[in-house]
Amino acid sequence: MPINIPQIDYAAILPELLTGGMALLIMLVTPFIPGNRRYYTGYLALLGVIGAAIATYAGFAKEVTTFSGLYTTDFFSTAMKLVFLLGSFLVILLSDNFTRLLKLPAGEYYSLILFATLGMMMMASANDLIVFFIGLEIMSVALYVLAGIRRVDLKSNEASLKYFFLGAFATGFVVFGIAFIYGATGTTSLSHVFDISLYKFPNSGLYLMIGGALLLIGLAFKMASFPFHMWVPDVYEGAPTAVTAFMSSGPKAAAIAILARVFIFAFGEQTAVIAPIFWVLSVTTMFVGNLTAISQSNVKRMLAYSSIAHAGYMMIAFVAASGEAVSAVAFYILCYTVMNIGAFAVLIIVESKSDGDNQLASFTGLGRRHPILGAAMALFLISLAGIPPTAGFFAKFYLFKAAILKGHILLTVIAVINSLISVYYYLRVVVVMFMIDTETEFRPVTYPSALYVALVIAVMAVLALGILPSYFFPFDQPMLVPFG
Amino acid sequence: MDIPLLTLMIFTPLVGMIVVMMLKQSQVQLIRYTSAFFASLPLLLSFLMLAQYDWTTSQLQFVENHLWIPSLNVYYHLGADGISVPMLFLTALLSFISIVASFNIKDRVKEYFAFFLLLEVGMMGVFAALDFFLFYVFWEIMLVPMYFLIGIWGGPRKIYAAIKFFLYTLFGSIFMLVGILLLYFNTDPHTLSIMELIKLGPTFGKDLQLLVWIFFFIAFAIKVPVFPFHTWLPDAHVEAPTAVSVILAGVLLKMGTYGILRISYPMLPFGTNYFSLMLAILGTIGIIYGALVSMAQKDLKKLVAYSSVSHMGYTLLGMSVFFIASDGTPFITGLSGCMFQMFSHGLITGALFLLVGVLYDRAHTREIAAFGGLWAKVPVYGSLMVFFSMASLGLPGLSGFVSEFLVFVGGFAKYPVVTGIAVLGVVLTAGYMLRMVQRVFLGPFNTKWEGLKDISAREIFCVAPLLLLTLAIGIYPKPLTNLIAATLENIVTLVGR
Repeated sequence: MPINIPQIDYAAILPELLTGGMALLIMLVTPFIPGNRRYYTGYLALLGVIGAAIATYAGFAKEVTTFSGLYTTDFFSTAMKLVFLLGSFLVILLSDNFTRLLKLPAGEYYSLILFATLGMMMMASANDLIVFFIGLEIMSVALYVLAGIRRVDLKSNEASLKYFFLGAFATGFVVFGIAFIYGATGTTSLSHVFDISLYKFPNSGLYLMIGGALLLIGLAFKMASFPFHMWVPDVYEGAPTAVTAFMSSGPKAAAIAILARVFIFAFGEQTAVIAPIFWVLSVTTMFVGNLTAISQSNVKRMLAYSSIAHAGYMMIAFVAASGEAVSAVAFYILCYTVMNIGAFAVLIIVESKSDGDNQLASFTGLGRRHPILGAAMALFLISLAGIPPTAGFFAKFYLFKAAILKGHILLTVIAVINSLISVYYYLRVVVVMFMIDTETEFRPVTYPSALYVALVIAVMAVLALGILPSYFFPFDQPMLVPFG
Repeated sequence: MDIPLLTLMIFTPLVGMIVVMMLKQSQVQLIRYTSAFFASLPLLLSFLMLAQYDWTTSQLQFVENHLWIPSLNVYYHLGADGISVPMLFLTALLSFISIVASFNIKDRVKEYFAFFLLLEVGMMGVFAALDFFLFYVFWEIMLVPMYFLIGIWGGPRKIYAAIKFFLYTLFGSIFMLVGILLLYFNTDPHTLSIMELIKLGPTFGKDLQLLVWIFFFIAFAIKVPVFPFHTWLPDAHVEAPTAVSVILAGVLLKMGTYGILRISYPMLPFGTNYFSLMLAILGTIGIIYGALVSMAQKDLKKLVAYSSVSHMGYTLLGMSVFFIASDGTPFITGLSGCMFQMFSHGLITGALFLLVGVLYDRAHTREIAAFGGLWAKVPVYGSLMVFFSMASLGLPGLSGFVSEFLVFVGGFAKYPVVTGIAVLGVVLTAGYMLRMVQRVFLGPFNTKWEGLKDISAREIFCVAPLLLLTLAIGIYPKPLTNLIAATLENIVTLVGR
């Protein structure tokens, strides 16, 4: 019996091939590099990411569905991939000094980052639940290992183990959800799910909804949304800071991508049934994240809770569930990536100066000791708080606009009140940096240049996205057409 | 060739800020003079603006309109009319004066002036912006430098005051943001242009108007501050450095009333008519309450701060009076009083804060009871202080009198009872101002202040323009009333729709 080889469009998956290929190459060459020079693999990783980004950009807005409809590259996936790659690019820059300082196994570290990125890219492009699941696992397994990459550090081990157990549990829900969706529709292909949900379940299919809900549980876990957020603070605090920067932006973005594809695209009009769940998730996540962040004295934990809160804001897009909301959330995650990684970059520098201490007190007088660093941190925090003229403001504005256009006034009011609450704890860091003087002498530091490059890029991005957003983000083009 | 006058006025301080940031921290004198230079440019430009402004029409002038964010239909739209021109001039003047008055700042000079210039950018922008998005961005931009100026260079409780100020104001502005989005959503095609929305004003549904009016009012009332929202003000004023207090009282408070006149009034006519009595009542409560609290103050600066609450009450009472008279002409006496008070209060209270700062720099206390008989020791300073106290309590011939007179004349035409109560405020104001003058400058001399030096030339240079203007528009108010009349008539007509 002849086997039909499906049509394969290698050009469409070139970015994934480059990322994955570079990860493998790094693994291959690492044993041949002497131990103290292995951090050079970071440059290879950078090269891989840049290559993948160019390949992604070159295929911008070309709609291709390949591998018998398993894999699709469209405008939305391209945009999301660029966000992932930007995040990975910045994190690799952040890691350069970091891996050397903490004596992390650089080769493994960078290849794991690339693998995780590959997994995210697959999630963004998946047109089939099985492909999405493979992407999710590639990403998650890489992240479990990354969280525990500081073998000598107990906290890092704890983080890894917690993340792994809870993550595996969440994955179970995802698989269960996929099974239900398959049971209800007889297919795992998202486009088919869409077709079937339209005709077979004009109102609401019970099993389809159960499947969707289970899938949502798994993804809410990855997004760090309430009530599946309990792992976040410990894992974020325990993991090496550069990894935390990566974990708090990339997987969130990937989860957003697949949520958009499943719930806004594939579920068609069924989305209306699930929107109230998103409403509740969004509101509770915002409140839990923001209110808990207030009482944190550790900046890393504070950023962890702030990342939970931001997951709540992003959920607004799924309540609104419009084409505009998808653009808005894609832009939001882009802004969040740069401002969040920027804040972590400053945290890494402060940490390295205060012997790994990331308590609020270690920021005391930073604005005076190191005005540029202090100013950059203030900018990121102001942006996270959503104050113009920064990227964070525009991201929120656009998201709220999408919500109001769909008539969700109460949700918007709750969200703006939450951004107000968040201002308090973001500004507390600013207060400590600028308004409290310190006796401790400023220790001269060696400038980790790669870190500063990342910092400069993040600062420029936060300002550019805040002042001239239209030049960097295609708002007028529909990202992902909802309801078919 | 048309020069983009407003853009230049808004952004020359930004250029100044960048230049200042590039100077060395140790070049203190250079930093001071550079900042003063860059703050003087908008002032000079504002003279040009006053000269070119055609006050016979309510048309917007010096308009600039460029597409900024195409996807949102957001424009970089600037323009000035009768209510923004005086405010722009006041902002430019007070910013320049404040920067000169800040020459005695010794700590982290570079950052101080950089923040101050950024603050000026935000303030200028608010008064010139005609696009909601742009307006909101400037409104918020101004918060950040203000927060740092209070939080870094302030008094003992500076951090508390700075955060309180920030959270209060932000609380208001996020409601404004929701209001803006609601209006945006209810227009077709969606627009954020203030001028477009004003044209569409009467078409908005009643419920929407009331809701959005309240949202906007929360934002503006906190800024003014209207009575129940005023508690951030004394804290911010007492802790802020002198020059920042001047800006707070002179310009920031006016943004609230300006916002109501520019946005709520013409855009939401139904809401405005619906709530006008509330405005009058809140204004009167503010007048009486502010004056009573001022009476109880032991701290000189707190006294001036609470007197601001009282004086801003007049603007509210004044603006609540608008109607089309039986002969078809719009009645603008109350509104003129409001505008006049906004301008005049900026001059008088700005000067009072400067003078309190002068005394504090020398005596390191602001406790009223600690002084006594100072007039004999520091005659020039004493005379200036008494002059502005008189202006503040509304002595005829000075600008405060004109505005209060206009407000009351207007007020009696519409709300005689409320206005009747408000008039009591004048007596109370006279009470606390005279009591302050008597206890600080008259009476037996407290020998503790034997070595007190009189006001310096630089400080006189700061106060003199305010004194001259207070006197000039007090004696001959016509230039200012003419300037604002056409625009106010237009606003009343728009509200009457």
